[in-house]
Amino acid sequence: MVNNEAVLSVRDIAKNFGSVRALSSAHLEIRAGEVHAVMGANGAGKSTLVKILTGVFAADGGTVTLNGKSRTFRSPAEARAAGIVSVYQDPALVPDLTVAQNMRLARVQFTEVRHWLGELGVRQLHDGDMIRELPYATLRLLDLARALASNPVILLLDEITAALPADLAAQVFKIMRTWRESGKSVIFISHRMAEVSSLCDRATVLRDGRTVGVVEMTSGADEQIVSLMLGTEIAAHAKSAGGPLGDLSSVGDRKVALAVTDLHYGHALCGVSFTLRRGEVLGVSALEGQGQQELFDCIAGVRRYASGTIRVNEAPLRPRHPADAIRAGVVLIPANRVEALLPQRSIAENVALAGFGKLSSWGPIAMASERERVATAVQRLRIDTRAESEVKRLSGGNQQKVVIARWLASGFGTLLCFDPTRGIDIGTKRQIYALVRELAAAGNAVLLFTSEMPEIALTCDRVIVLYAGKVVRGMPATEADEASLLRAAHGLAAGGGGQPAQ
Amino acid sequence: MTAIDTAREATHASRMLRFARRNPALAGMPALLVAAMLFTLLIHPSFGSFELQSLALAALPLALAACAQAVVVISGGIDLSVGSMMSVANVLAGSLMSHGSTTAALGWSAAILVAGAAQGLMNGLLVKISRIPDVVVTLTTGFILGGVALLIMERPGGGAPAGFLDLAAGSWISEWLPNAAVFLAVVVCAIWIPVVRSRLGLLIYATGSDRVAAFRSGVDTDFARLMAYVISGLFSACGGIALTMTTGIGAPLSGTIYTLSGLAAIVIGGVSLSGGKGGMTGPVIAAILLSLIPADLIFLNIDPNYGQVIQGTLIVIVVMAGGFAVSWQGRK
Amino acid sequence: MSLANPRASGAPVGMVLAYLRRNTIVALLLLLAAFTAGIEVVRPGTVTPLWVSNTLLFAAPLGIFAAGQTLVMLTGGIDLSVATVASGSAYLLATNASLGTPAAILIGLALGILVGLANGVGIALMRVQPLVMTLGTGLMTGGIMIVYSQKMLASQPRVPSFIQTIGATKLAGLLPYDLFVWVPIATIMVYMLRRSGFGRLIYAVGDNRAACELAGVRVWPVLLTAYALCGFLAALAGLILVGGTNASNLSLADSFLLPSVAAVIIGGTSIFGGRGGYSGSMVGAVILTVLTSLLTLLDVSEPIKQILYGLIILAMAAAYARLTE
Repeated sequence: MVNNEAVLSVRDIAKNFGSVRALSSAHLEIRAGEVHAVMGANGAGKSTLVKILTGVFAADGGTVTLNGKSRTFRSPAEARAAGIVSVYQDPALVPDLTVAQNMRLARVQFTEVRHWLGELGVRQLHDGDMIRELPYATLRLLDLARALASNPVILLLDEITAALPADLAAQVFKIMRTWRESGKSVIFISHRMAEVSSLCDRATVLRDGRTVGVVEMTSGADEQIVSLMLGTEIAAHAKSAGGPLGDLSSVGDRKVALAVTDLHYGHALCGVSFTLRRGEVLGVSALEGQGQQELFDCIAGVRRYASGTIRVNEAPLRPRHPADAIRAGVVLIPANRVEALLPQRSIAENVALAGFGKLSSWGPIAMASERERVATAVQRLRIDTRAESEVKRLSGGNQQKVVIARWLASGFGTLLCFDPTRGIDIGTKRQIYALVRELAAAGNAVLLFTSEMPEIALTCDRVIVLYAGKVVRGMPATEADEASLLRAAHGLAAGGGGQPAQ
Repeated sequence: MTAIDTAREATHASRMLRFARRNPALAGMPALLVAAMLFTLLIHPSFGSFELQSLALAALPLALAACAQAVVVISGGIDLSVGSMMSVANVLAGSLMSHGSTTAALGWSAAILVAGAAQGLMNGLLVKISRIPDVVVTLTTGFILGGVALLIMERPGGGAPAGFLDLAAGSWISEWLPNAAVFLAVVVCAIWIPVVRSRLGLLIYATGSDRVAAFRSGVDTDFARLMAYVISGLFSACGGIALTMTTGIGAPLSGTIYTLSGLAAIVIGGVSLSGGKGGMTGPVIAAILLSLIPADLIFLNIDPNYGQVIQGTLIVIVVMAGGFAVSWQGRK
Repeated sequence: MSLANPRASGAPVGMVLAYLRRNTIVALLLLLAAFTAGIEVVRPGTVTPLWVSNTLLFAAPLGIFAAGQTLVMLTGGIDLSVATVASGSAYLLATNASLGTPAAILIGLALGILVGLANGVGIALMRVQPLVMTLGTGLMTGGIMIVYSQKMLASQPRVPSFIQTIGATKLAGLLPYDLFVWVPIATIMVYMLRRSGFGRLIYAVGDNRAACELAGVRVWPVLLTAYALCGFLAALAGLILVGGTNASNLSLADSFLLPSVAAVIIGGTSIFGGRGGYSGSMVGAVILTVLTSLLTLLDVSEPIKQILYGLIILAMAAAYARLTE
């Protein structure tokens, strides 16, 4: 399987953006027939390294050697031609062209692509279909199939399983193993330790723009990687910050913060009902596309639900715009931070944004009190303010904290978190989960959707499982192991333990 | 294991339906034109081959300006210098061809086409190298080229041999098929069909639709945008030569209105301003429609100055309807 | 590339560029000084207090155009109707002078507000792209003005003397009266953009409209107001212009469209929105006015002046883009 010759050898790579040093000395060595993980916190330089390897940027220093020859790639086209193909989170497919045309763009034969689509379990795809009209998960797999069809020497997968349902993710892993058997190499970038442990042979860890270690994926490798990523003391702290569960017994006595009854929305929600109490963290678990996005959007006022009722603190809520929900104390943290942030504005302006919803706020700003509120929120969340002039310069984790800070500063009663830790490094993830528990303990209500089933038990008091637009199971977090969740998420009856949906 | 349906032959009807759903504006254009022509016939029953000829002459430069704009917009950019480029080509033709034979005029045309392509190339290179957004670059190059046109010819004048003018102004095949129409069809097909059938056409549409996705798929997006500007320059030069043919002279300010009118024609003709969608047919038909308006106004005894008002109002209505349709769909 | 990486080069050049990048207004003022010096070199003795006062007199209308354009460009849009609105407002003023100066002024300004609101409705409520919307309304306005002017052929358009005073004369021979309009506007603009909720929202909407909605901010009132203000300011600029030239024709302000956009771009506001401000646009307006003076002093024909003007704008915009990348 894995032999010891290096197919790709990257040494001493450096890259600067203006005065920001993204990489100072990154090393990477990929052998034939291996699946190699690249891990690191957000801001450690992973995506910069990937972009250099795939020709998006040129490195400022260092060497890249592919199959013995030193190479520089000046464009993705050159990298592709040399045999390095990458698949990103956002499918690199052009929306207004058909499937066939997109294949031609990458100079790939559709017959080959169809073969891989079959392996990945995608049926019903015609080459005349317009990309814009296809579902997101299909596009991700098409992107992957296209990459495989170009028969690359090195396949680079950047967070391939983010926002991909568990069953499709399993298919992807199966293909990866087949690919490895045939002597090809895969660079696998992911924040999901479980996947890395089960799939990868070795892992290179980056921190602060440097390679700090290469770990063989044997038992115990997980903790080794986490320590390398975080630096040892922080690892210990982060571990303990993973919150203990709340006191379950008293939850039932608490007031109902959010009561959803028989909610309908198009084909996506077919009668969702659940209650969320103050001081509780209620987890929502579901495979891709079971209505969870629509559910959160309807409660938050981003979409208008067709029928059913939502009651917030006993008062009915029928939001036509997020402002209505916010007035009722219901705020949304979306998965995609980009949606919620003002990239070119400062942390302060981003945090203070929610205070300008009313016409009366158009007048002079009370700068002193705003500064105070912002500082309090920033401090509480321990946001790294070094790049504070433009939020787009912050790491993903810090950006997510800015979004949360906004709501801390303006106040809320019910927090809707939709996949808040997607694409965030492990350390910040644990901080966010700890924060969620803190907020609940302070009397707020939290509705939390995460696509990472193992993490649900860490943060939530109870879990409901969504399938085909309905709540099919509800269980206390203690019973929410991955097997039960997966079973329910596929619409299967409980194999034992767990209660029917309430 | 390959249980995927192969690309089956979709029935003709379902394919047409899919096309209509995806390009609502474009599907309606021919119908709109027919309706407009019928309306014209209604108000002016004596609409004959002479009127048809005038219409063709009026529509020709506008249609070419629209094509020039369409290429750039499809590639994801915009070109506010189309009109000025037409002026430059117009005055170049008017001054170079004024004392010569038709053959010489044809030769000069070729040179002017090259100049047009070069102007387009300059636009494209400036957009790429200067890092200034294309709106600003082309607004400025339009201004510069306006000065160039004035430099070449301070006042309207010059001319071209009758034989050359007749290429667009006459009707050789039949009185019901003006040369201008044939000229338009030939030029558009000769320039656009090779592009749209080739890989370059695919690259241009891809770049306009989603530049990042195209780039990651291995497309040289800089090249695609550059070529779009070059093709646009070619169309603009044709438009300027067409102006010489239809007016008989060269005039330094002749092309100015075509920048905005051309933009109006592509908006009405179903080319999406965000790029990646549309073609040449819609803008050409829209150009004919827009040229009908002043004629219809005269037939109706309405002050022709209302023409500009109507044109502006048409743009506003069409884009508002488009915007409304999009936001209504998003609400679902 | 030393331009982008001053620390790596370490040279004094790098440090100067880094300073300029953070304080772009200094770069602009240096450019202004350079052009002014250029004038003095081409024709020594030109730069006098009287010259400065004349320059400010001519820069004021452009500065006011640039104020409106700054507002809409900060929201990520553009207003291509400012020229026709300005000309139209001036024409309305002149043809309604018989109704009394205050009434005539109000009518002129009303046109600006009306067109601005129309733009705002299309852009804010119907999600139309600003370029196309303002293009359409500009054409409509221009067309309506042409028709209106046909009907007004008989009457004698007259520019009220009050307007002429504001647009053409100076207090004590040195302080242009139109500064009494520009300076308050400038003060309000700068304060509004930095210290008011509306100003914050202008930046926020330009930076990420969707994020504003998610945060509970309704975007359409902000855009509507921005475009209405831009129309109003364009009308105001037109009134001052006609005071300066004392001849109202429908292409009065045509030559101000490009400069209004250029002043804002050179001044540091991004056309994509979310970044920039009015102080840069002000200096940009003065720079362009001085540039026009400089070109006038050179003994070249009009077409060449036009070409040079465009080339220099391109160069300035490109240099600015490089400096701040």
